[in-house]
Amino acid sequence: MSDYTLKTMMNQPERLAPGHRMCAGCGATIAVRAVLRALHKGDRAVIGNATGCLEVSSFMYPYTSWEDSYIHNAFENAGATLSGAETAYRALKKRGRLPEDETFKFITFGGDGGTYDIGFQSLSGAMERGHDIVYVCYDNGAYMNTGIQRSSATPMYADTTTTPVGKKSDGKMQNRKDLTSIIADHYVPYVAQTTFTTDFKDLHMKAEKSIYTEGPAFLNIMTPCPRGWRYETSEIMKICRLAVETCYWPLFEVDHGRWILSYEPKKKLPIEDFLKEQGRFKHLFKKGNEDLIVQFQAEVDRRWEDLLYKCSRETKE
Amino acid sequence: MAIKERMSGNEAVSYAIRQIDPDVMPAFPITPSTEIPQMVSTYIANGEMDTEFIPVESEHSSMSAAIGAEAAGARSLTATSSAGLALMWEELLLAASNRLPIVLALVNRTLSGPININCDHSDSMGARDTGWIQIYAENNQEAYDNFIQAYPIAEHELVHLPVMICQDGFITSHAVENIELIEDAAVKKFVGTYSPEEFLLNPGRPVSVGPYSVSSYAMEAKKNQEIALENAKAAILETAKKFKKISGREYGLFEEYRTKDADYIMLIMGSAAGTAKQAVDGLRARGKKAGVLKLRVFRPFPADEIAAALKGCKAVAIMDRCESYNGNGGPLGSEVTSALFRNKVMIDTVNYIYGLAGRDFTVEETKAVFGELEDMIVNGKQPVQYKYIGLRK
Repeated sequence: MSDYTLKTMMNQPERLAPGHRMCAGCGATIAVRAVLRALHKGDRAVIGNATGCLEVSSFMYPYTSWEDSYIHNAFENAGATLSGAETAYRALKKRGRLPEDETFKFITFGGDGGTYDIGFQSLSGAMERGHDIVYVCYDNGAYMNTGIQRSSATPMYADTTTTPVGKKSDGKMQNRKDLTSIIADHYVPYVAQTTFTTDFKDLHMKAEKSIYTEGPAFLNIMTPCPRGWRYETSEIMKICRLAVETCYWPLFEVDHGRWILSYEPKKKLPIEDFLKEQGRFKHLFKKGNEDLIVQFQAEVDRRWEDLLYKCSRETKE
Repeated sequence: MAIKERMSGNEAVSYAIRQIDPDVMPAFPITPSTEIPQMVSTYIANGEMDTEFIPVESEHSSMSAAIGAEAAGARSLTATSSAGLALMWEELLLAASNRLPIVLALVNRTLSGPININCDHSDSMGARDTGWIQIYAENNQEAYDNFIQAYPIAEHELVHLPVMICQDGFITSHAVENIELIEDAAVKKFVGTYSPEEFLLNPGRPVSVGPYSVSSYAMEAKKNQEIALENAKAAILETAKKFKKISGREYGLFEEYRTKDADYIMLIMGSAAGTAKQAVDGLRARGKKAGVLKLRVFRPFPADEIAAALKGCKAVAIMDRCESYNGNGGPLGSEVTSALFRNKVMIDTVNYIYGLAGRDFTVEETKAVFGELEDMIVNGKQPVQYKYIGLRK
């Protein structure tokens, strides 16, 4: 890992071919390419995918963008589907029906709808049973494929099509679910939260660890969506940086039960810096709505303090 | 050499699973099929087979995992009943449309509500249009024999479709009867090894499974799937022919019991066919020309074959162990009359609903049905179409 440079990484052959139909400025495919770059040369992969933007845009018959074997089954069962494929691998290996020197890795992608909500049970089951798989959630904080409906990953006060802002509504009324912690509480070998940083090293390192740690691993990647968040497509890296610097989306990992903070901002930025870049929070900056931002900030602070506490034993060592 | 034994239907199917020793079995317990994953787990625990068992957290996940495993290149199966089948309904469609030859041991149980654990066919009938081949058993022997024939049918090069092997909950699954088993080696040879053309774990030949398909392609996919289901009919008969060579037992799309010269025929599926046969024997002894057509293969539906078999009789009682809530009869009632009409076989029929949620169906009730058919033809007394048998007064 010490010899990591983005340039070397970007020179690797791509495992997701261009020509797919995802939007410009979408975080999902950036996440997929970054995760797949962590696969070691020569290792094969079976990629799973919950129904969502990524699936319908990357595998439209008769074309596929996937250089590796790929399976889309349905919306709520990416965890169970990959459980089956991974078990098949063990069965076929055991029975001598696969060459001994062939290595397959199992990675599945799901949006926050397919992961936090409808596929939650399937994910939890796959993690608990201990399959040697990586579940990657590309979290863009709403059901984007069906047209920006709220999910349990949607932040409070976001304007979505099922929590529209109006005379009597300030947007979504509930705080988001902390799925990374919930999966960490399954006591699986490796859980991490990341997003896009300038050199992509954090994501790369976590993807590699999750793929090459034996047993189940969960990777939660914040992947902005230009349609749902309403930002200029060129601004994606800036938004990710602000999510991290405001501590809205902290970078951390839980490695065999040890909570480790990956990055601590030197100066935590106010949450307004993150919110004001996005059309879905525009109403928070109207006169009279100041208290909504105060509440949003309070929740970010509470969760950040909680994370610091969980990580404190390790960081003090 | 055949092995004489005494077994329940669940034991018989589990015994067949041990003999076939498939690669992967995800399952979730539900009465009355629970014994199957239990027995398979015990075989594995004792080293008598080495299938990879996945104790999933729901039936939706059991079929999802079976799809993942089968697509990856592993021979896969699961077992379930009732609500379990209903929960995996979406996945049943995907198993079939992805053309995955998965086998499902179904132990028929009524669907809720009210919640009830006993037999009727509402679970498999609810899944009748999911693209699965459905084969029904009268007793434990047939459940065993059908299960052994399942993979050769499912994996047939012109079929590539999943197969549901159905037996009646408790009546067949839990009742212990005599059975004739086939030796392990003969079963293994009959079923053969699984060698799919395309699969996820094929090194150097990656494949994408489960596409999004727009209107310009999706309709052809559906038609191709339908052609495969039509092809299944020949594959089922071909497999039965081969099976006879190792077992001596004969199977077709349906069994005709004393129908050759019959005036009145009862068309029925599952364990109640045994009751019907006994009633027919009694009636024949009294000179009544009664017979039974026991349907074995419900999907693909042998419409023309049924019409041809019923052509010579005067009236048919179509027996449904399922209410289909369409206000017009049961599933067999609809499909059999449609088959008769399309083949211009204009005989009288009555559609009876019997045995729902485990309600007994007796020899006396069967005889009464034949009595009604005779009354209709001889005395011109038109019975009520679509009627229930054995309701509390």
